[in-house]
Amino acid sequence: MIESAECKSLLESLSDYVDGTLSEELCEEIQRHIDECQNCHIVVDTMRKTVYLYHATANEPADVPPNVRDRLFRSLNLENYLKY
Amino acid sequence: MIEKTPPELSLDALKSGDRDEFARLVDVYSVPIYRLAIKMLGDQQDAEDMLQNTFLNAFKHIRSFEERSSLATWLYRIAANEALMMIRKQRPETTLTDTSLEDDEGEDYSPVQFVDWCCLPEDELLSSESRSRLDQAIQRLPERLRIVFILRDLEGLSIEETSQALDLSQTAVKTRLLRARLNLREQLSSYYGERLQDRSKQK
Repeated sequence: MIESAECKSLLESLSDYVDGTLSEELCEEIQRHIDECQNCHIVVDTMRKTVYLYHATANEPADVPPNVRDRLFRSLNLENYLKY
Repeated sequence: MIEKTPPELSLDALKSGDRDEFARLVDVYSVPIYRLAIKMLGDQQDAEDMLQNTFLNAFKHIRSFEERSSLATWLYRIAANEALMMIRKQRPETTLTDTSLEDDEGEDYSPVQFVDWCCLPEDELLSSESRSRLDQAIQRLPERLRIVFILRDLEGLSIEETSQALDLSQTAVKTRLLRARLNLREQLSSYYGERLQDRSKQK
């Protein structure tokens, strides 16, 4: 399915492309390729969405559960510093 | 992700064994380290052990911290080592000789799924079931890819910081990040592809 040399070279630049760190020239090359190659178009779009979903949920869990925090401070002999 | 401007911690105070300062360090960094532990190990008890060991080790070794990286990266380095050690210990003895941590060759990461699931609505993409599938997918990554993905894409370390935390070249970090993302894209394509089919059946 991903067979042509162009498809393979897209794959190598995929991370940089979705992160927006690829040179303008290479971006244009990829854009031209995915306009013609349906599978690569899907791979780029779903890769971008994959990274987006993980970034959107990156802050979970947002806290250390209180009992875990409690035991952490005690294990470090810092129980005097526990604030509630 | 660690806030970019954590309250300034005094390294001199930390190195001289100042307990007030160490308590502040734990306050600032326990959340990101716990999050890394949960995502890396997928088990609350293991994550708690890892959290405690990370700060015990940090406490023990802070005097020899040479400031070649930031304090945050140094802590992530201790945490990553702790997590990888726990995973290797838990692995059955027969596979202890597994060299998968060093081996970046011989696996095919070419995409095989070409379902466009991007059109699914946001509330379905991020439903509580979907969120737990996102976590499960991370758990299925080989650990050498998992740790790179967590540090770079979840905790927001730069490629350089990730390479410092893991003692890897920046090229290796980039290669593993790409493989991790490709692997996750395949897994999410299976899951969301099914969701897409379910929706079309309902119509």
